[in-house]
Amino acid sequence: MGAASRLKDAGLAALVGAALAFPLIGFHTSDTSVGFTTRFPWVAIAAAAVFVGRLLLGLVPPRFRLHQFGRRTTAIPHGKLVKLAAGALIVFAVLLPVLPIGSRESIDLATLALIYVILGWGLNVVVGLAGLLDLGYVAFYAVGAYSFALAVQWFGLSFWEMLPLSGMTAAMAGILLGIPVLRLRGDYLAIVTLGFGEMVRIVLNNWTAVTGGPNGIGDIPRPSVFGMPIAAGTPAGVTTFNHFFGIDYDPIQRLIWLYYVALAVALAINWFSLRVRRLPVGRAWEALREDEIACRALGLNPTMIKLSAFATGAMTGGFAGVLFAARAGFISPESFNFQESATVLSIVVLGGMGSQLGVALAAVILATLPEFGREFAQYRMLLFGAAMVAIMIWRPRGIFTVRAPSVRLDET
Amino acid sequence: MKREPLLAVERLSMRFGGVLAVDDVSFTAYQREITAIIGPNGAGKTTVFNCLTGFYRPSAGHLVLAQDDKEFRLERLKGHRIAREAGVARTFQNVRLFAGMTVLENLIIAQHVALTRASFYNIGGLLGLKSHRDAERAAIERAREWLDLIDLTARADEVAGNLPYGDQRRLEIVRAMCTGPRLLCVDEPAAGLNPHESADLARFLVSIRDRYGIGILLIEHDMSVVMGISDHVVVLNYGRKVADGAASDVRRDPAVIAAYLGEEENA
Repeated sequence: MGAASRLKDAGLAALVGAALAFPLIGFHTSDTSVGFTTRFPWVAIAAAAVFVGRLLLGLVPPRFRLHQFGRRTTAIPHGKLVKLAAGALIVFAVLLPVLPIGSRESIDLATLALIYVILGWGLNVVVGLAGLLDLGYVAFYAVGAYSFALAVQWFGLSFWEMLPLSGMTAAMAGILLGIPVLRLRGDYLAIVTLGFGEMVRIVLNNWTAVTGGPNGIGDIPRPSVFGMPIAAGTPAGVTTFNHFFGIDYDPIQRLIWLYYVALAVALAINWFSLRVRRLPVGRAWEALREDEIACRALGLNPTMIKLSAFATGAMTGGFAGVLFAARAGFISPESFNFQESATVLSIVVLGGMGSQLGVALAAVILATLPEFGREFAQYRMLLFGAAMVAIMIWRPRGIFTVRAPSVRLDET
Repeated sequence: MKREPLLAVERLSMRFGGVLAVDDVSFTAYQREITAIIGPNGAGKTTVFNCLTGFYRPSAGHLVLAQDDKEFRLERLKGHRIAREAGVARTFQNVRLFAGMTVLENLIIAQHVALTRASFYNIGGLLGLKSHRDAERAAIERAREWLDLIDLTARADEVAGNLPYGDQRRLEIVRAMCTGPRLLCVDEPAAGLNPHESADLARFLVSIRDRYGIGILLIEHDMSVVMGISDHVVVLNYGRKVADGAASDVRRDPAVIAAYLGEEENA
């Protein structure tokens, strides 16, 4: 590019920058009679910054640019490398509490990250494998959390009793959502599922008699260690974990135990997901994503395939909900808004649809990134957005894009 | 050998709003025969296929598939059950492979019904039971036999969408065969193929007929394919049947010539 065209290009970018900055930066709300003050010099500064930035970008040799970099490194991180990375990640996860970075905060954050990993894997079945765009996934997360909290409140059931039951309840909700949307695909399905997610949240918010409305439900117990609660002192009639093993009580023990429970649930779901992909039903999910009409012509029942995908995804979401409720000890409808659905969907998309490891990495990044950005306070979301844009430029189809075949000709 | 009827199409009509796409068409397809349905564009050939394979519900008429004392009324069966129970498999005019999956996976999915049953509805598979592993191994072997037949064994683990067009067409036919059908419906298999590939494909269809003794229903525009391999030709024009008989008779039929070339006035 010549100097003149570079200047023209930068000028154009500056113009776009100015147009964006004019309404966003040019006006500032204030207590004056008109309600705002203007700060047009700032707009000029913003435009100038864009101009210079664009000009400097033009000086970078093309082969060092970010998207070029992405194009070159799209070459296949798979096979042994993926296995190695997954193994390292698991070892790290198991050792985390004893590592020097295993503080209260980091273990709690890691538990949250694991919950997002589970959510990501669950939605991955629906969106990544079966190709059904679900924007209301948070509904099943909420069903899991609320069914656990309510069962504790009404029937005094424990975490371990409710973990499978809440999963089943959520799976039921998944089938309930699945039945009316069987005929829908793509955008239409997305809109209806979005509505379903909002419906669940609004019902939780307004059905005060049952759900406590916006006040939520508290006093949700943490998981016990094989029936023994982790607690200080010696409550009557209960053998505590600390008493049994003769360990002094420390609040961090509860966090570590919950972390390991979440890790175990995540690993179990990972095992299940990897296995189910190689079963007839898993292949049918992918076939449905590829071509529903061809599926029908081969005698596959699209209704059953869709419902099984919704149910499996929802069940996983339900498990995540139980863990979330146990971690927070308190739930309210606020935690289950559309933002959560969007986050989980971005985890699946960023991770690379269909890839277990990719989704796990994306979940860890997206769950922990806002925490690392805390020092930046109000710029947190900006950082978050920039990271997302960078990943999408670098790897437009997700971190891991290579699909491993579910069967090979000469492996059996 | 005595001709055994396999599929009876009786007075089939299909109406879309004001358009009568198929108008009172009857014909019979026989076992161990290739029955071709030909006709100019828009004659209603693919509509007949869509009625047969459950994609449309016919406005009127019966579709009876009968073999070995079993009888299926196709117009009453729900979409996927036509392939699953009656054993009618089909291919599509514009190839519909599972393009993002491998060649082998395409053929394994075609055996979904048997595999699901052998794995006790996936639960046995989840537990790693022997019955599931054996069934999967058998399915892979069956796929391998078919791949050997179309020379695609070496590319079994490649993504199906990356195959050359001719291979995709043959793979789609093979995938339909992996469902173990009684009747195979192929919709314009030679479209987009060069003469050499068309001739190969024609030979392939004949070999399927002879080896597996099934009935084949063929829609095709390429007359060299149709006339070369069809045991029986049905000609449609504007949704009506204009001729029905052996290939050599049909090509001399004045009604067929008129349908393709137009009628002479005052002829």
